[in-house]
Amino acid sequence: MKDLWKALQVKEPHMSNSVSAAGRLARGRRKFLQLGAALSGLLVGCRPSSSVSQPGLSFLGGPVSEYGFRSQFETTGRLFRNSLTQENNSSQTPLQDLEGIITPAGLHFERHHAGIPVIDPAEHRLLLHGMVERPLILTVEELKRFPSHSQINFVECSGNGRIHWGEASDRTAQQIHGLTSCSEWTGVKLSVLLNEIGVQSGASWILVEGADACKMTRSLPLAKAYDDAVVAYAQNGEALRTAQGYPLRLLVPGWEGNINVKWLRRLKIVDQPYMTKDETSKYTDLLATGEARQFSFMMDAKSLITRPSGGQHLPGPGFCEITGLAWSGRGTITKVEISTNGGDSWQDARLQDPVLPLAHTRFRFDWNWDGHEAVLQSRCTDETGYVQPTRDQLIAARGTKSSYHYNGIQSWKVLSDGTVRNVHV
Amino acid sequence: MFMCSVRIASLLVIVLSGSLTAQSQPTSQLFNIGRTPTVEEIAAWDISVTPDGEGLPPGSGTAAEGRNIYSIRCTECHGASGREGPHDILVGGQGTLASSTPLKTVGSFWPYAPTLWDYINRAMPFETPGTMSPDAVYSTVAYVLFLNELVAEDQLLDATTLPLIKMPNRDGFIPDNRPDVGHPVISPDP
Repeated sequence: MKDLWKALQVKEPHMSNSVSAAGRLARGRRKFLQLGAALSGLLVGCRPSSSVSQPGLSFLGGPVSEYGFRSQFETTGRLFRNSLTQENNSSQTPLQDLEGIITPAGLHFERHHAGIPVIDPAEHRLLLHGMVERPLILTVEELKRFPSHSQINFVECSGNGRIHWGEASDRTAQQIHGLTSCSEWTGVKLSVLLNEIGVQSGASWILVEGADACKMTRSLPLAKAYDDAVVAYAQNGEALRTAQGYPLRLLVPGWEGNINVKWLRRLKIVDQPYMTKDETSKYTDLLATGEARQFSFMMDAKSLITRPSGGQHLPGPGFCEITGLAWSGRGTITKVEISTNGGDSWQDARLQDPVLPLAHTRFRFDWNWDGHEAVLQSRCTDETGYVQPTRDQLIAARGTKSSYHYNGIQSWKVLSDGTVRNVHV
Repeated sequence: MFMCSVRIASLLVIVLSGSLTAQSQPTSQLFNIGRTPTVEEIAAWDISVTPDGEGLPPGSGTAAEGRNIYSIRCTECHGASGREGPHDILVGGQGTLASSTPLKTVGSFWPYAPTLWDYINRAMPFETPGTMSPDAVYSTVAYVLFLNELVAEDQLLDATTLPLIKMPNRDGFIPDNRPDVGHPVISPDP
């Protein structure tokens, strides 16, 4: 149990000391989840299995049901920090526990600014107005009568990985990078709706507004709206989860999560950005000069190894598959390279089909661990030729106060006892 | 002034038009689904305010009037003087943005005063958003600006005067110039 104990020592130094009732609950849950993560870390083929003697079940299993749930033995879950206001918080996807490229809807990361509203779809309306020939109000049922469209895209919070602007600490892939998820989204192309309402000449932006308590609002360039934005009502084949905007959300592929406005209720066609709170005081990137980049929508190419990763433990020398995820807001991932020596040399990883634009891409790499210390890294390249930068390159260009849009190469150090740690190299 | 934002916006539009070569061609077909909203329906929902104040409703307020509102409805999250937290710090930080400890507040970072009106009106107080009258919002905005020494305590703010306030960091934003990193790696000779 020494390994289990070690895995449980993953600390969160950013935790606030003030603990509310909700915070205590959150902390209890987090510990529980760390236990789950620790156990799954132990399950990397490290113990001889017990002998098999049962011939099979001699009693009935369970009946059919309306809606399926995961096995009672599966415990992975989202993590969230202690916060005085859990309605304005985020929860992180357990990337290290997932397979393939699709994030289960129940594990999709969350970022809410004023809680999750309960919206009756029969009462919900989408209003389209402003510089248009034909203002329009739609019910959800009416929206679903338009031609539908599905596409697989990641959604990533631009604050994902922000902790890496600071010093390295003992954290997991989930704790550092868990604000990205990937789903098949279904809805109506925004271009279809724009055609329906007749956008007037001179219009150049859309003010997008949600129906949550803060009435989240962002300005979206009209060109992107025409290109590939979707008013989505479904995720992975079923209705959006409440935490993902039920009954409607905007999907803006490849752009920062915040502009993918959830609980979408209004689109106002306008001729300027509205300089809302969440595109001025937040979601702008402060540089070392004291100036801040504004409208930094694009999520740059990024990758990380999800197994082995921080907090996990290798059972011993021998074969160990390295796997992880890569994605880019600029298009399709064309290459992922792996280094097992801290970036001194690189070898190509295999990209697993499907390899889709603006979507998580699964990569794999066969590795035989020799039992010595190793620093594992992944580095991705996208179709534009953009290569995932190092942390040093990012800091040289921006300083350390940008908060958002961290996409540096992640380093995991494997210690000789098999412990895997988050490090900067 | 406002030119800065216009410049950013224009640049972005140009960049986007250039980069999105695969822009969908709108179909000509109309589906005639849904209905036309009434003027009243649009007015009821359209609470948005532009950075130059278009959309600000009638009403007014002063910091003197906002002091009491702030102490009742804002202090718990933002502190008695706007500097204590525990949530967003609202006051101070001017001159710190290029330092190693930048403090982004309404006074040091927010580029437009009408944005403060829009945000408080739509989203504050945190637990009971949308419950303040226009006069109360003007007064609260005035008090936060007063704490940042940007208006006098008795200065009346309304739809005309609020947009005239020049926020200290109005020119502090630049267009997104990425990719600033990520240029292709030149492989060393084998």
